[in-house]
Amino acid sequence: MFDLDLWKEILSALKKNRMRSFMTAFGVFWGIFMLIVMSGAGKALENGVMGGISAFASNSAFFWTEPTSKPYDGFQRGRTWQYKNKDIEYIRANISDVEYLSPRLFGSNSRSGDNTIRGKKTGAFNIYGDYPVFFKIDPWTPIKGRLINDIDILHKRKVCIITERVVEVMFAEDEEPIGQYLKLNGVFFQVVGVIHPETRVGIGSGRKEDTIIIPFTTMQVTYNLGDDVHFFSVTSDPGVPVSKVEQRLQELLKDRHHIAPDDRQAIGSFNIELEWVKYMGLFTGIQILTWIVGIGTLLAGVIGVSNIMLVIIKERTHEIGIQRAIGATPGKVITHIVAESVFLTVMAGYIGLALGVGLLELMNMALQSNPNPDDIFFRNPEVSFQMALAALIVLVFAGIFAGLIPAKRAVSIKPIDAIRDE
Amino acid sequence: MIKIENLHKSYITGSNSLHVLKGIDLEINQGEFVSVMGSSGSGKSTLLNILGILDNYDEGSYYLNGTLVKDMSEKKAAKLRNELVGFVFQSFNLISFKNAMENVALPLYYQGVSRKKRNKIALEYLDKMGLLEWAEHMPNEMSGGQKQRVAIARSLISKPKIIFADEPTGALDTTTSYEVMEILKEINEEGITIILVTHEHDIAAMSDKIIRLNDGVIAEVIKNGDLKSWQNQYTKEVEAIAI
Repeated sequence: MFDLDLWKEILSALKKNRMRSFMTAFGVFWGIFMLIVMSGAGKALENGVMGGISAFASNSAFFWTEPTSKPYDGFQRGRTWQYKNKDIEYIRANISDVEYLSPRLFGSNSRSGDNTIRGKKTGAFNIYGDYPVFFKIDPWTPIKGRLINDIDILHKRKVCIITERVVEVMFAEDEEPIGQYLKLNGVFFQVVGVIHPETRVGIGSGRKEDTIIIPFTTMQVTYNLGDDVHFFSVTSDPGVPVSKVEQRLQELLKDRHHIAPDDRQAIGSFNIELEWVKYMGLFTGIQILTWIVGIGTLLAGVIGVSNIMLVIIKERTHEIGIQRAIGATPGKVITHIVAESVFLTVMAGYIGLALGVGLLELMNMALQSNPNPDDIFFRNPEVSFQMALAALIVLVFAGIFAGLIPAKRAVSIKPIDAIRDE
Repeated sequence: MIKIENLHKSYITGSNSLHVLKGIDLEINQGEFVSVMGSSGSGKSTLLNILGILDNYDEGSYYLNGTLVKDMSEKKAAKLRNELVGFVFQSFNLISFKNAMENVALPLYYQGVSRKKRNKIALEYLDKMGLLEWAEHMPNEMSGGQKQRVAIARSLISKPKIIFADEPTGALDTTTSYEVMEILKEINEEGITIILVTHEHDIAAMSDKIIRLNDGVIAEVIKNGDLKSWQNQYTKEVEAIAI
């Protein structure tokens, strides 16, 4: 039941004691403000980092080759070897639980000097040969034109897709890159797409912004790579841990390439699932830490409120004695004090909440005005509605708790002793 | 109205027990104006506090308006105080951050009367006390006599049957004291029982009946008719001392 008179009484009591009310409220205000700001900042860090990798298939593993470390089956140790097209076909045909399989070739990379020429412009980029399925594992967005498709693979078309950075270096500002030709290591390729990476996870060397992708089959033929496959990525079927697939593929590949079963070096592989779990653990840890610190700060605020309420009640013992002499029941006195305390904490908490959210919003605006949003590991500071609600509920209970002890004390004194108290 | 039998009260401080009231029998009827006198430490304030249910007692019985007041829950006591009893204190005991009108209206707040209505009634009572233009003033802006009149208005607003006044004139000068006593007399004439604690003889002499306490027992009860002679005797005593 809403008791207007009660609230008027409380408001006038608080208004008449402004300084005291303010000091009481500040502790709680600070607690909730810190909780919101810290939680928002933690979330922003998570958003920033996860935003850079979340689009990347988290159930993927990657394979490359290394020199063997053990002699086996008539071969010496230290032998260099390559995956072959046949391996890919075999895996596709015989291994279950593989969702996507994307072989890749590494062309020349940016460290080997200028490999891209167009008229008088030159540039050094990382050139890869890929299948269309690659974009299922590491998504890229075509800003202009298209991605590599199956027909490019089939006809071994000399086409390429390039990043915005390549466009910047190789084209004048007002030029349309689509349809133009780039000379990659002496061979002309037509630009069919301008692409933007959705994640910051890079496979291969150099910066991800310096990427040129051409069809896998085209690269094999054009640059005399035979049936070599430098690298491949796999993802496991939903529900199957990729580490299981990784292990099976390792065994299979060792068998097919005469590598000792206990050779730990020859097959290079990397499983992003483990990294993913680590990241998730890290951010859960940050959130838990935030809550512990936030709740701790809040608790300090609440204890402060309770403490100050105790002092206030002591100060007001006389007043409460008078009120009881003229007919205030203990219930009424307790209700009054608790309501006052709850009102203070909730008001203070609400202001803290609002200012905290306001500050996060300001941070967000500042971050969004940054011209290179992809470079920031700090994105969309935010607090969830549930969290704000939970914080407010905690505050209400905190207010009740803070008021109850002093209120109980106030009515435990005999009215006459309370009146005599000066 | 009030009936007490063999009332005992002790204060225990540490290992010491101070026996303040040692068996009081007293009956006060509706409409009486009674003053309780006695030297300090005679137990007169304690008696008044027990009568006003602000304090408890150890032995005996106390009937207020037919109800036995003993080991009463604080909730019930508060209700009785609110409905039956009004208090006037020596130190006024107004609430410092409320203005005169709000102070007067407070008992009605505990009865659940709406703000508008109780403030209106409070203004009526302030008017009766001649303090209408002081309604918006805070207690610290008023003189002692004005404060005491506000306190009396507050004690009256709940239409009590009994007013307990603990040295209501103790903090006032003679002229103001007499004004306050006039007001109390008027209230008494409307049929409200008044029980007054004082140590001033001239104040006590304005009541119908004087109960003299001495060392925790009733030493003397002087009725209205005897008051005149009692006052004379008292005056003689004072003169004797003066000589």
